[in-house]
Amino acid sequence: MLEQVQSERIQTDRTMIEIRDVTRSYGSFKALDNASLAIREGEFFSLLGPSGCGKTTLLRMIAGFDTPTGGSIAVDGQPMEGIPANRRPTNMVFQSYAIFPHLNVEQNVAYGLKRLKLDAGEEKRRVEEALAQVSLTGLGKRRATEISGGQRQRVALARALVMRPKVLLLDEPLSALDKKLREQMQVELRRLQQAVGITFVLVTHDQYEALAMSDRIAVMFGGRIAQVASPKEIYQRPVNRQVADFLGGMNFVKAEIVEENGASLVLDTLGFGRVRTDKPKAFVRNGGAATLGIRPERLRVLWDNATAKFEVAGKVVERHYFGEITHLIVEIPGLEKPLSVTETNDFGADDIPVGAPIRLAYDPEALVAMAD
Amino acid sequence: MTATRRFLPGWLSSYATLYILFLYLPVIFLPIFSVNTAATPKFPLSGVTLHWYEDLPKTPALIDATWNSLIVGVSASILSTVLGILAARSITRYRYPGRRAINGLIMAPLVLPEVIVAISMLLVMLQLGLSLSLFTVVLGHVLVCIPYSMTVLTSGFEGFDRSLEEASADLGESAFGTFRRVTLPMVAPAIISSLLVCFTISLDEFIIAFFLTGTEATLPIYIWGQLRFAAKLPGVLALGTLLLLASFVLMTIAEILRRRAARRTQNEGGLYA
Repeated sequence: MLEQVQSERIQTDRTMIEIRDVTRSYGSFKALDNASLAIREGEFFSLLGPSGCGKTTLLRMIAGFDTPTGGSIAVDGQPMEGIPANRRPTNMVFQSYAIFPHLNVEQNVAYGLKRLKLDAGEEKRRVEEALAQVSLTGLGKRRATEISGGQRQRVALARALVMRPKVLLLDEPLSALDKKLREQMQVELRRLQQAVGITFVLVTHDQYEALAMSDRIAVMFGGRIAQVASPKEIYQRPVNRQVADFLGGMNFVKAEIVEENGASLVLDTLGFGRVRTDKPKAFVRNGGAATLGIRPERLRVLWDNATAKFEVAGKVVERHYFGEITHLIVEIPGLEKPLSVTETNDFGADDIPVGAPIRLAYDPEALVAMAD
Repeated sequence: MTATRRFLPGWLSSYATLYILFLYLPVIFLPIFSVNTAATPKFPLSGVTLHWYEDLPKTPALIDATWNSLIVGVSASILSTVLGILAARSITRYRYPGRRAINGLIMAPLVLPEVIVAISMLLVMLQLGLSLSLFTVVLGHVLVCIPYSMTVLTSGFEGFDRSLEEASADLGESAFGTFRRVTLPMVAPAIISSLLVCFTISLDEFIIAFFLTGTEATLPIYIWGQLRFAAKLPGVLALGTLLLLASFVLMTIAEILRRRAARRTQNEGGLYA
């Protein structure tokens, strides 16, 4: 909640990066196909997708390491066409960090400042400030080969931030770190972005990373942008099965369209009966069929005689224990595929025997209609 | 040491000792006989003297040959290293059809019979109307040095993380500035190492120099000439010892530098962290 408030403070409605109909072809292969996107000033924006979806290509084109074969990119209102990487108001944190191995931490951070010909005191002050921002104060004299992976990443961040770019580009910056450190860095990166107020563009294939850090996310598949929205909307209202499937688990249920009007849909399903849902913005009907989705955590186990207004009944066929949660596979009569259910373990979901009858409650709000 | 003893049965370590002896015994004889007072290389030594070494600088022909060798060595090492840099950069950095074949062809002089290479080069030089001189020797040596230069340089350039150059550009540096501030410092050890290796090879090279030299002898040619006179043998042995020492020192420095370069270019990123 606090973050939401803060982010509203630093974000403006001004467009920082304007990507218009950008295409990048290699022969007949299109790494990026007519992508359009407007990234706002002060926003933490993520490009999310599986490998080969074009997210890195797009990031490298913003940085100036790659050139679009069609369309245009503008940063802060200035068209980037013909402007080489070294004259763009962007800085990048590389996936490999690209720390200069022959320089120490301080020299790495000061690398870009050298060209600005600042006086010695000012340069030193800015280096110190950047090192402090990434909690590396006192490590300036360490050799680049003498620091840990997490520290290398901080050096890469400091080296880019010290240039005070208009946009900071991050190419899978956390993928080389172990899980614990990665989660810690997610929080820190978000905090840092809020503190410096610079537009961050992050490339990642990790949906949790994108959900945890971003103001908005663009989900990409096969060189196309599938959906651009806030993390919550992307997760709760995915535009299609592909997006839904990529972000966490989703149960897909076959549905038939009974009624369609401006804002809502009425669907007939076998397991969930007749359902009225919001019509997604990008919904384009494809014949009479559609898909209804529900997240595994939005299905709740009903204990003993408890009842709910909306429920489905079935039988537990598998149970998987994950520590804080249990993952149940529940067969529902009439559904061609069993439902996935995740339930926290505080009421003993980990003790439900396989084969037991079970009733599941759901909120119709949690049902998402997707075009087939 | 203890580990070696535990894992090597007795016969294996004696085999290893014999092996090393076989490789280096002949070389050991050189310095031993070079301090013998008698002119004939025979045990027992009749006495120890540095007389033969003191005589070396007093031989004008030897001084000339040394100068010639230095000129050829320096020229050949610079030329082959420059060519080697270009080739090694292209082979380690770009992917193109025929890359492996080109690499193979550049490395081939390493295994071609040297006499044949020397004769072919002689024919070519004569066809081109070049008169034999130190210049033709340099050309010949460049041919044999390039494979060595390539080996050293590719190991130094291999794994050069391209994102380092991109990072430099990203931080505002120009292409030339990037070369000066990132590329060059990182590959400098490999380049120096290549220069040293090529110089050493050229300094010791005999066959090609023998065919391609005109009236100016290089050191190995001079030594060859001196071998006809039994009385000159101790002097040759003394000279040989010095050459051996020089080669050994140069190659050691070159190897240290090559390893340092290989270590430097590997930007381990977070992958091993």
